[in-house]
Amino acid sequence: MTQLYIIGGYLVLLLMLGLFSNRLFKGTSKDYMLASHSIGPFLLLMSLFGTTMTAFALVGSTGEAFTEGIGVYGMLASSSGIIHSLCFFLIGIRLWSFGRRYGYTTQIQFFRDRLENEGIGLLLFPILVGLVIPYLLIGVLAAGAVINGVTIGAFDTAFARYDFGVPPWLGSLVISVIVLLYVFFGGMRGTAWANAFQTMVFMVLGIVTFFIISNQIGGVQAASEAVLEKHPSKMMREVPPEEHATYEEEFERWEVVAKYNWAKNQPEFAPEIKAALTEEKEKEFADEAASRPGPPFMRPFIQEALEAEYAKEQGLLNLSPEQTQIAKIEQDDRILPPEGQRAADWVNLPLAHFAQSDDWVKEALTTYADEIGHVRLEENKITRNAALGRYRVTHWAPQEPERMSFLLFVTYLLIPFSVGMFPHLFQHWLTAKSAGSFKLPVVAHPIFIMIVWVPCVLLGVWATSATYPGTERLIIPPHFPANAVLARMVSELTDDVLAGFLTAGVLAAIMSSLDSQFLAIGTMFTTDIVTHYTGEDRFTDRQKVWLARGFVILIVAVTYGCSLFEPRRVFILGVWCFSGFSSLFPLVFAAVYWKRLTAAGAYAGALAAIISWLWLFADSNFGLDAEYTFFGMMPVVPMVAAAIVAMVLVSLVTKPPSQATIDKFFALEAEK
Amino acid sequence: MNKVVWGLILLLVIIRNDYWFWGDSTLVFGFIPIGLFYQACISLAAGVLWYMATIYCWPTDLVEETKEAIQEEPAQ
Repeated sequence: MTQLYIIGGYLVLLLMLGLFSNRLFKGTSKDYMLASHSIGPFLLLMSLFGTTMTAFALVGSTGEAFTEGIGVYGMLASSSGIIHSLCFFLIGIRLWSFGRRYGYTTQIQFFRDRLENEGIGLLLFPILVGLVIPYLLIGVLAAGAVINGVTIGAFDTAFARYDFGVPPWLGSLVISVIVLLYVFFGGMRGTAWANAFQTMVFMVLGIVTFFIISNQIGGVQAASEAVLEKHPSKMMREVPPEEHATYEEEFERWEVVAKYNWAKNQPEFAPEIKAALTEEKEKEFADEAASRPGPPFMRPFIQEALEAEYAKEQGLLNLSPEQTQIAKIEQDDRILPPEGQRAADWVNLPLAHFAQSDDWVKEALTTYADEIGHVRLEENKITRNAALGRYRVTHWAPQEPERMSFLLFVTYLLIPFSVGMFPHLFQHWLTAKSAGSFKLPVVAHPIFIMIVWVPCVLLGVWATSATYPGTERLIIPPHFPANAVLARMVSELTDDVLAGFLTAGVLAAIMSSLDSQFLAIGTMFTTDIVTHYTGEDRFTDRQKVWLARGFVILIVAVTYGCSLFEPRRVFILGVWCFSGFSSLFPLVFAAVYWKRLTAAGAYAGALAAIISWLWLFADSNFGLDAEYTFFGMMPVVPMVAAAIVAMVLVSLVTKPPSQATIDKFFALEAEK
Repeated sequence: MNKVVWGLILLLVIIRNDYWFWGDSTLVFGFIPIGLFYQACISLAAGVLWYMATIYCWPTDLVEETKEAIQEEPAQ
């Protein structure tokens, strides 16, 4: 309950901040959307940083480091540190200048003017809003999951299906409503203040958590040495031969269990296995399993492994390669396509090639039905999540340590270019009081990324090998969901108060992105659609503010609806949505620096970007293939290449922009 | 100096791809793996280079022109 009170208190504080900033609201749409261009360097830094750092900054970075090792910092964070500032410097300042001089509020206004074309807005509006929705979805879903995770057992009787915690759908709803309210009250000024406050909250709490947890697991040195001993591949980007050999031994043992579990249910093998495993033998294995160290729930699994090994020794598991592959797919709860739809070499494909089935959840809950209960009020009960964890540990194949692909590492550099086309960042850039306001964000952004990410990445890799003080028991078991690693470390190693505050910090990171996105899509609808097509004077300023709010509510409702139906794919969708924005980066870069860019070239570039995006997305089984690459590279590479080629070629063969437009946007270059 | 700073930023982008530390797990200060330490230094270097960029590559002409335009027609 303590965590719930702290989270509640934090949300009330945010609402008060929104209300207070409302007192400074001037009542004009310009003030609501751009804070009357009044934002100085510090607020701009905090808003830009808070907006670009989503839930991924704290929760995702720890989870990714747990799965992939320290390489994720170079791949995701240091690249962002360089490229985000590059975008602020090369694109942000120029767009701010054009925005101030020609009165733009949105990207589409700029593109319409620069390209002397009305229709480009109708092409870009659905693309930009469509790409923002999955981004919003990540925040909304993550908020629900985080609140549920820390409130488990908070209620005595309510929400049994959610382990007596706040249901994810309710947490997502509350967070969406809170953000909507403070964005409505405070507009851009409230958003900038809330972002600054929330960014400070998650940075400070992240560092505090790092020190407390590292202390709990024996200090920074001991924690790193434990990883070097157990999982050295997490401390580099290669897999040492010894670690790979250990994995292969574990996999071989697991394969024997998979073959045994499959064969004992097949008429071809079952009678012989049954005959060999006499009651005496079974009792012998049960006794041996009971004598082994480890928690009691592992005993049936150990017994099964002993029986499988015995069956193998007796020559009872001589399965064909096809039968072996089917046995492994079933044991790992994966889906084998029907005959005729299988790849020619399906027998030799790794398990990761086959999609994971959802049926295992039901089976896991049935298996542990008697043990699931209220962990706070009943003795010896476990949560539903713990039951799922037990099932995974005892059924699924060991995780293979993998080297990080150098080509993926290099080509990931294109992903952070997405910030150049984020509609919400464009709007933040325009809030700057002066060009000088950009200096601090440009310089401090990479350093802030380092301050937040390095501790989280270290916590993630330490989690692979950290044990409870004085024991050999792992705090994070194998197959643990990556995005829940930080929450688990906090709940297991700190007290309720810190857990509550850290949750507030994670929610702060989530909300500081959601608020800007909500505001940006409302602004785009009012400015680029309503005002543009009905005329500047058709609505009063107050009516425009209400129209923006109405559209935001509609988009949030759509996003919230999506969050109830398709939560599985959302984190994968995140990288796809960033790739989409990155593929539009050549368009904004050319619009700002290349005089020869024409409207037809822009259409060609945007269409090439979005068509290649759709084609690759479909080819990746709509994001379900998490390992999807394009000839070993990030799929963003062909998208960006297609956009550049189409944009340049079509621009060169079409009529150049008018001299008036060139004078308007490139006067300084002409003088030089 | 303008070109030097942009050259250094390009160099930073290139040396961010540290293939030479791919298989190295040496601990710096006894706890930070060298691959992570190196990349953290890349972030710090980025901060320094962007600071130099704000001094030597700042678009002064654009800023002045914008300032003049704003003064002619002040924001609401």
